[in-house]
Amino acid sequence: MNVRSQIAMVFHLDKCIGCHTCSIACKNVWTDRKGTEYMWWNNVETKPGTGYPTKWEDQEKYKGGWEKKGDDLQIRSTGKAKVVPNIFHNPHMPSMDDYYEPWTYDYQNLFNAPESDDQPTARPVSMVTGEEIAVEAGPNWDDDLGGSSIYAANDANLEGLSEQQRLQLSSVEQLVFFYLPRICNHCLNPCCVAACPSGALYKRGEDGIVLIDQQRCRAWRACVAACPYKKVYYNWFTGKSEKCILCFPRLETGQAPACFHSCVGRIRYLGVVLYDADRLEEVAKLPNDELIEGQRSVILDPNDPAVIRAARENGIQDGVIESAQKSPVYQMVKVWKIALPPHIEYRTLPMLFYVPPLAPVQANKTNDTIDHVSENLFHDIDQARVPMRYFANLFGAGNEGPVRYALAKQKAVRWHRRAITVGDVDRATADRMLREADCTAEEAEAIYQLTSLCTFEDRFVIPPMYREQAVEMLKDPHEHRQSVGFGFSAGPKRGL
Amino acid sequence: MTGRYLDQLLFVALPYVALFTFFLMTIYRYRAQSFSYSSLSSQFLENKQHFWAVVPFHYAVLVVTAGHLVALFVPRSILAWNSHPLRLYILEVSALACGLLTLIGLVGIVWRRFTTSKVRRITTITDWIIYAILLLQVASGVGIALLLPWGSSWFATNLSPYLWSIFTLAPDVSYIAAMPVLVKFHIAFAFVTVGFFPFTRLVHILVIPNPYLWRKPQVVRWYRNGKDASRAG
Repeated sequence: MNVRSQIAMVFHLDKCIGCHTCSIACKNVWTDRKGTEYMWWNNVETKPGTGYPTKWEDQEKYKGGWEKKGDDLQIRSTGKAKVVPNIFHNPHMPSMDDYYEPWTYDYQNLFNAPESDDQPTARPVSMVTGEEIAVEAGPNWDDDLGGSSIYAANDANLEGLSEQQRLQLSSVEQLVFFYLPRICNHCLNPCCVAACPSGALYKRGEDGIVLIDQQRCRAWRACVAACPYKKVYYNWFTGKSEKCILCFPRLETGQAPACFHSCVGRIRYLGVVLYDADRLEEVAKLPNDELIEGQRSVILDPNDPAVIRAARENGIQDGVIESAQKSPVYQMVKVWKIALPPHIEYRTLPMLFYVPPLAPVQANKTNDTIDHVSENLFHDIDQARVPMRYFANLFGAGNEGPVRYALAKQKAVRWHRRAITVGDVDRATADRMLREADCTAEEAEAIYQLTSLCTFEDRFVIPPMYREQAVEMLKDPHEHRQSVGFGFSAGPKRGL
Repeated sequence: MTGRYLDQLLFVALPYVALFTFFLMTIYRYRAQSFSYSSLSSQFLENKQHFWAVVPFHYAVLVVTAGHLVALFVPRSILAWNSHPLRLYILEVSALACGLLTLIGLVGIVWRRFTTSKVRRITTITDWIIYAILLLQVASGVGIALLLPWGSSWFATNLSPYLWSIFTLAPDVSYIAAMPVLVKFHIAFAFVTVGFFPFTRLVHILVIPNPYLWRKPQVVRWYRNGKDASRAG
């Protein structure tokens, strides 16, 4: 057993209202520099939808992630044999057209335009070329466009859905959407790190945050192509790749990352999990239907004395172990099993998990009267407007089982609480639901507490940062004075 | 008389200035501004012409450079190979083909830079200068291959000893004194390229990622392994 600690995350999608506050917080802190205008380290997508960059989940197009070849695990876009040809021209590298060309407006024209019969206008101007552009795509261009024949209909997760289900998703009466906020997953088996020819990307040993060493990045672009979530971005101005840094300077001072801190829906949870690094390779090679359980099995019980002993032997501080014992992520992922990894079939073992949302119900229509009642207590889940198959493609590597389990448990918790607070549901029915959802009353109570009444301290259990363990903190703080971006004493000047 | 002084200037003084600048500035730049060591790829801004220009240029220029180095380091092997006319023709024709491919690729690169507004926007003055230098250098090389045949042989007999005389600090211009102007231009411009190299994006050649071929896939950095240590594991 080789115990390591990792800062992991859960996003509770049932609580996400799609306000994009997280995106704005991140943009203002990290990506308002030249060359990063188009980057959204945190973005919120409408699902079903094509996302950002467009159709990022279509790995036939982008060739992201790992694939199993016989007994081997290989990066789809690159490898030792392909590194030489790919270095000149990476065939799977997305271009700016797959994201959007950033623009501003010619506001000066509003003041400087000569007097005329018409109102002056502020025309859109490209932030790359400075020339006028016709805006054809932008951030959240498909926001709230559930049912759209351009965006929703081209979602890669619709694979395997029947023609009827697709029609249902696009009909006005039935259309549905939910939000999927995304940041870097800080994976246990990161493809971007494994693909970097220069070894510039690395995982921090102490907390598992994946970073890019800007001094060593040489713009070979392999990470951008390799990440199946397209969460590594190329700074076209500095000629370096950049990605979400999980606000490590904030974490090191005990604060939640900007997107977590600013979340008005309080959907974000952050905590430490301990995992067994020796079993990663074995788990990443499991067949698709065993991946979710496999990843859960890599996460270790922080209360198990054997795990604690092994963690101490590996130099993990007691404060971090204590933090892992209180981790909301451990509860949701491993104990309650209501949080699921996105697209684990990419085999990067993402450390950001999602609680799938309870979608609106598809009402039964009998003789023109809408009927919500059904013999089946979990009717809402099986008849939800979002077909289970869709959720399974997104969160279950194609398997409906784990998604149904997570949704059924949430439903049971709701009925349990309704029996207590409103009282229009009889106790026996609530208990039956809990039983069928594999949930005890205590567990339901705990889920309710952590979901509905959670404070900052409940949601963000940030491990103490040991100064002597923080690589980045060893640098002279004055080195960062008047810096631009992060980690530079002078502005990161583009190479000559 | 003036020709002799010019020869001394171009083939003795210039080489040492160029080599001195090259070593001093590449090392200094790597230590002081390692952030600026980047290939500064523009593939992200334009993805289609990029393939047709960059790929032929890089492969061809690698072959051409390798050919020059072989003739420099093992001139006898070239002479031995060329002792048979058919083999000489094969070598000359492939060298010319690679030279032409380099030229076509380079013209494509410059054309793409010039015509794609996004890419033109991030092209710096030093970029334009190095493109001009490279264009002249590659064009003169192709010109030599076309007009002055059997270059592979006379490189081995004359240029190689001249270059070694420079490297061994005993410069001897007599090896190349009688060379045609085009060849002299190519040699002098080679040193201009070398001298200007540290101030351009060409430094990415020095940081080609060879360790990738034998490192473990995952990179983890621990405090306990030192400040900037990286460790596979």
